[in-house]
Amino acid sequence: MGKAWKFGHDIDTDVIIPARYLNRSEPEYLAAHCMEDADAGFAPGVKSGDVIVGGKNFGCGSSREHAPLAIKASGVKAVVAESFARIFYRNALNIGLPILECPEAAAGIEAGDEVEVEPASGKITNVTRKTSFQAMPFPVFMQELMAAGGLVPYVRGRLKNA
Amino acid sequence: MAMTMTEKILAAHAGLSEVHPGQIINAKVDLVLANELSAVVAIEEFGKIKGAVKVFDPRKVVIVPDHFTPNKDIQSAQVAKKVREFALAQRTLYFEVGRTGIEHVLLPEQGLVRPGMLVIGGDSHTCTYGGVGAFATGVGSTDVAVAWALGEVWLKVPPTIRLEFRGKKRPWVSGKDLILYAVGRLGVDGATYSALEFTGEGIAELNVAERLTMANMAVEAGAKNGIFAVDAKTESYVRTATERPYTIYQSDAEAEYAETIVFDLADIEPQVAFPHLPSNNKPVAQAGDLPIDQVVIGSCTNGRIEDLRVAAALLKGKKVHPRVRCIVIPGTQKVYLQALQEGLLETFIQADCVVSTPTCGPCLGGHMGILAEGERCVSTTNRNFVGRMGHVQSEVYLAGPAVAAASALSGQISGPQEL
Repeated sequence: MGKAWKFGHDIDTDVIIPARYLNRSEPEYLAAHCMEDADAGFAPGVKSGDVIVGGKNFGCGSSREHAPLAIKASGVKAVVAESFARIFYRNALNIGLPILECPEAAAGIEAGDEVEVEPASGKITNVTRKTSFQAMPFPVFMQELMAAGGLVPYVRGRLKNA
Repeated sequence: MAMTMTEKILAAHAGLSEVHPGQIINAKVDLVLANELSAVVAIEEFGKIKGAVKVFDPRKVVIVPDHFTPNKDIQSAQVAKKVREFALAQRTLYFEVGRTGIEHVLLPEQGLVRPGMLVIGGDSHTCTYGGVGAFATGVGSTDVAVAWALGEVWLKVPPTIRLEFRGKKRPWVSGKDLILYAVGRLGVDGATYSALEFTGEGIAELNVAERLTMANMAVEAGAKNGIFAVDAKTESYVRTATERPYTIYQSDAEAEYAETIVFDLADIEPQVAFPHLPSNNKPVAQAGDLPIDQVVIGSCTNGRIEDLRVAAALLKGKKVHPRVRCIVIPGTQKVYLQALQEGLLETFIQADCVVSTPTCGPCLGGHMGILAEGERCVSTTNRNFVGRMGHVQSEVYLAGPAVAAASALSGQISGPQEL
């Protein structure tokens, strides 16, 4: 269980991790500046197990994988949003950052709510408000990717079986 | 089955006779692009793939250090060094400073992207290559690393939205104005997961540089790719660049589209997209009195010779407004040289512009023109997000080269028709 950090629509990857920090790529360094231009309190305040809740088109803009890497390294357990931009969506799946598309949950969770997320089943529970939500199911292939922990372990498994 | 050109290219690369929107395929890639920022993360991931010692085909892997080059600081130099060592060890295609340029200007110019190819790139604006009839899409570093190892990528077949432009362009309107207008209509997520196919008599009139500009910004509407039919102009452009073969795929007349949106070119004036979304457009004539501090002319969107010619024609014999810093960035060394030979650089310098070596630099707030708090910039780049070009309290207004040059002269956001 973790605390919800709430953001609005069209949160772009320049806001998730500004380009002025892209001269380095260590996940811990990126995490220290995660979301800094949208909420300067996020990086210092976020705790392991917390959840980001976004609006429409979360992660739009640049293809920088530094964005989901920064979020993952900050300890965030999952990102729940009304919808995701496509490159961020595949990057998150590829690096094993759980993302859940669920407009009802995005609307029904407020900043600071205690939230429980089960990425495998897509179940999202707002413990504070005693409500629960079901995210959009992933296609089978993407479920396999998530179960493997991302694209590199998935491919490693495939090469081993070949 | 009738298919769109996007579907045909995907089917051919997946070894399938047909594909349907929503289907997940494993496709062979013809070219994998990375810049230094995406490559440095991809190199880490490539090292984690057991058995991946060599890239699948070094002639199909291209690395272009363009974002923070020439190296802007020590950290960037470390990144560039690591990427250079990998590229040289793997014998990939690689463009060092002095030969490099902005990736999406460079690759079409070098003939490395051609009609019918399937290209992925660790850069969201990889979709630019749809301008020459390729399927091209931006991915992250892990996808790049896996494609380096296997020569394949997983893709979900997108539905196609057709954008049809009818009629004739109005004076001073360029491809940039059309795409800003279209992104404004679609919204920044209006085409998420979809292909955008640009059609109509208005498109046939555009030169290839303008088509590349438009395909470049397909991602600003959330699209997976943007694509243009291949015609005599495309073939002439590609043949000038290379003698290597290519395959032409055209959409079938009966192909299914998720949606067709018709634009009348008579409605489209020179545009400007206000902060902080590329979809926040209006005609420049309605911009109001907004004094500016900086103008940037260049980038993967508008750093081609055709763009510089438009800007130079307006700046010739005049002076940039005393309050304004006007930064001109030719997209590649070839564009730079051509601008020199055509006298454009002299025009820019006489007009009090600064001319930079090719770099992505200011577009993403890297270097060569960072904005201070409260500053306002008119830029021919593709994004105007919060803090994109510098301070969080700075503002970027997106426009084509004509509006950018006119604004540099007047010192406020203004159109060329007002000069």
